[in-house]
Amino acid sequence: MKLDSKIPAGPIDQKWTNYKDHQKLVNPANKRKLDIIVVGTGLAGASAAASLGEMGFRVLNFCIQDSPRRAHSIAAQGGINAAKNYQNDGDSVYRLFYDTVKGGDYRAREANVYRLAEVSNSIIDQCVAQGVPFAREYGGTLANRSFGGAQVSRTFYAKGQTGQQLLLGAYSALSRQVEAGTVKLYTRYEMQDLVMIDGRARGIIAKNLVTGKLERFAAHAVVIATGGYGNTYFLSTNAMACNCSAAIQCYRKGACFANPSYVQIHPTCIPVHGDKQSKLTLMSESLRNDGRIWVPKKIEDAKALQAGTKKGSDIPEEDRDYYLERRYPAFGNLVPRDVASRAAKERCDKGFGVNNTGLAVFLDFSEAISRLGIDVVRQRYGNLFDMYEEITDVNPGELAKEINGVKYYNPMMIYPAIHYTMGGIWVDYELQTTIKGLFAIGECNFSDHGANRLGASALMQGLADGYFVLPYTIQNYLADQITVPRFRTDTPEFDAAEAAVKAKIDRLMNIKGKRSVDSIHKELGRVMWEYVGMGRTAEGLKKGLEEIKRIRKEFETELFVPGSTEGMNNELDKAIRLDDFITMGELIAYDALSRNESCGGHFREEYQTEEGEAKRDDENFFYVGCWEYQGSDDKAPELIKEPLTYEAIKVQTRNYKN
Amino acid sequence: MDKNISFTLKIWRQNGPKEKGHFETFQMKDIPGDTSFLEMLDILNEQLVGEGKEPVAFDHDCREGICGMCSLYINGHPHGPATHATTCQLYMRRFKDGETITVEPWRSAGFPVIKDLIVDRGAYDKIMQAGGYVSVRTGSAEDANNLLIPKPDADEAMDAASCIGCGACVAACKNGSAMLFVSAKVSQLALLPQGRVEAARRAKAMVAKMDELGFGNCTNTGACEAECPKGVSIANIARLNREFLKAKFAD
Repeated sequence: MKLDSKIPAGPIDQKWTNYKDHQKLVNPANKRKLDIIVVGTGLAGASAAASLGEMGFRVLNFCIQDSPRRAHSIAAQGGINAAKNYQNDGDSVYRLFYDTVKGGDYRAREANVYRLAEVSNSIIDQCVAQGVPFAREYGGTLANRSFGGAQVSRTFYAKGQTGQQLLLGAYSALSRQVEAGTVKLYTRYEMQDLVMIDGRARGIIAKNLVTGKLERFAAHAVVIATGGYGNTYFLSTNAMACNCSAAIQCYRKGACFANPSYVQIHPTCIPVHGDKQSKLTLMSESLRNDGRIWVPKKIEDAKALQAGTKKGSDIPEEDRDYYLERRYPAFGNLVPRDVASRAAKERCDKGFGVNNTGLAVFLDFSEAISRLGIDVVRQRYGNLFDMYEEITDVNPGELAKEINGVKYYNPMMIYPAIHYTMGGIWVDYELQTTIKGLFAIGECNFSDHGANRLGASALMQGLADGYFVLPYTIQNYLADQITVPRFRTDTPEFDAAEAAVKAKIDRLMNIKGKRSVDSIHKELGRVMWEYVGMGRTAEGLKKGLEEIKRIRKEFETELFVPGSTEGMNNELDKAIRLDDFITMGELIAYDALSRNESCGGHFREEYQTEEGEAKRDDENFFYVGCWEYQGSDDKAPELIKEPLTYEAIKVQTRNYKN
Repeated sequence: MDKNISFTLKIWRQNGPKEKGHFETFQMKDIPGDTSFLEMLDILNEQLVGEGKEPVAFDHDCREGICGMCSLYINGHPHGPATHATTCQLYMRRFKDGETITVEPWRSAGFPVIKDLIVDRGAYDKIMQAGGYVSVRTGSAEDANNLLIPKPDADEAMDAASCIGCGACVAACKNGSAMLFVSAKVSQLALLPQGRVEAARRAKAMVAKMDELGFGNCTNTGACEAECPKGVSIANIARLNREFLKAKFAD
């Protein structure tokens, strides 16, 4: 297979304009005759479904929850980036583009990122017009905060609930189209397979999660907006139902999967506390604006913290090691996520962890509270402080001690956790996959974040794809489809696809072993974290691949699914997803093993500088690693490379030190 | 460290919307206090699956209090005894050793039971579709800073907009009224200049849809505000009433 990224010609700042000026369009009368399936109702899915419906296409929109408003975009806390330069601090489209490419460790596709930065301003305009209540200054203008990996304040926010407000904005636009009759909504439905006719994506098989029945849906194009694959690791900040099944179904049907090893580990999550834990809770990166990260300087203090004989507030200022400020003076606590996560792991690996497991560092607000007062700090982070207290029973805004006139507040404990996946289904400049008529948007594609995503850029990308990119580019495909009549679903292709799904479900129901889905999923998660997690080695990855194969065998022989295929059966739904998580786990490991360099979220311990920084190898790995399915889960996938070419930016080593 | 507790669970089981439901009792032993309520139900379900039985069906997703998917009527309170927290943010340290914990689904004419503790909240989507939006076409917005909004208005709109659509207000209300939910959206948009244009139409359409779908009337008991996990204020209901009356008088 040869990959064509279809990047338009011309200078980087004119590519998107040129594309839009010359792409094919569909006239209003023809739009009514064309059907589009959109799977997912997060920021990307809801904004795309709403915009396409508004343009006049007939849209079928699916979500697994009881309402589109539940999609996991809702949990994003900190904010959304845009190059408005409202703060007059020197921001521009070019700088947002540059920061994103650099933050992604020079592994993103330049043209896609430039377009993202270009449309970022329209997103803010659009959301404000919808009534999204962004934070404002007293003069009535919009407020901004700063985020990791940037030296300007370009992040727009709505308290610590920016994702919620942006999703509710997109959901309201979607609701308007449902009322107008252009979008038909299918809630509690889960995609089970992609249906191809003559080599093109023409429909899906979906399971009605209430009745358990399989249903068929046809369309001229299929868009998947189904999020990332973080839950492969079992414990992550993703919601419980987040899964990679739609992406894996498309992969098995021939869509290439790009850069699966680029997994983002978020530095500020509440540490793991026990083996019954179901998920990890993120504490927004915005906390790093005012919070300072530290561990003790003295190993005996760390040992006392681990034994529970000392508390963080017992350790005076001079004995604290603010290791991010020490190592990265220019960016300090606001280094990108991958850098901050690795630095935490490095300290904990050396024995300086601060809780009973030794896998935690402190995030401290003492300095900020002394400087700003508790009221200002609570205004900024009050809901996060409350959330932290509810989970851990510790109030980070509470004065704990005063030593020599210095006030010490209870610090938070944090540790890195799986959060976001930069890799995803490969798409070209038009967001079309290697399957004709199949598009992927939002987190489930790979294109914009390279090897590491900057904070407040996920919301930007989801809405950019859904509001401002896909509604244009999909027309370039659909313009050739205007004479194709609506599809029937009683065709051999649909029969075969449904029969295959039914056979798979019967197979899972009839294993009748002794192990629950969750127990096997937890085992997969442990293997992934141990061998395919924050620090990877060739040896470990090989071991990981063996372990995943063993888990697959265990799954196929020991799984037990209670109940029946009729009616609601959550255990069955989880089993179907786990089948795909196992395939995903292997993909991540294969990619990580083949990429003999460290970059962004992918850190191979063999490839680091003397100072412990990631060591890229641009000579040999300056490409997108795309994996092609070989017809069976038992066969290793084949690597296809999309070479990266940079025209606007000089590729260099990332430097956050000075 | 939190200590472990043991307790009795009385959980509502119901196989489908038309089936008759009943309570089933389970003994839970040595559950750590830092387990969340939903993780405790995960432990129960692991036990049930281990015994070859069907697990208890309950709605949940983000498990960090924002998606609005989790529900549960625990010991007579929507989302349980904690204030300003959803069920997923409730931790077992809130309960006592030896206690009996009763868990039921939301009970309201507007939210029929689907299975066990899962109810159908599709009515909320329908109310939103009736008018919970600003009619603005993608790409037609002016520069965001051309529209100045006083900070207090933006903050108040944000407070109203923090509703997560979980349905606790309806479950808490003896009349099964959805007024707090409707008023939160009407208020958010009425407080902002972008939303003023359609304010009258929106208030009428959303209230009419709520009535049509079988939700009860508001008699100002304030139970909704007391149980709302996001602390959405009943001042929003007063604002909705004003908007609704203004719209009716204008007709």
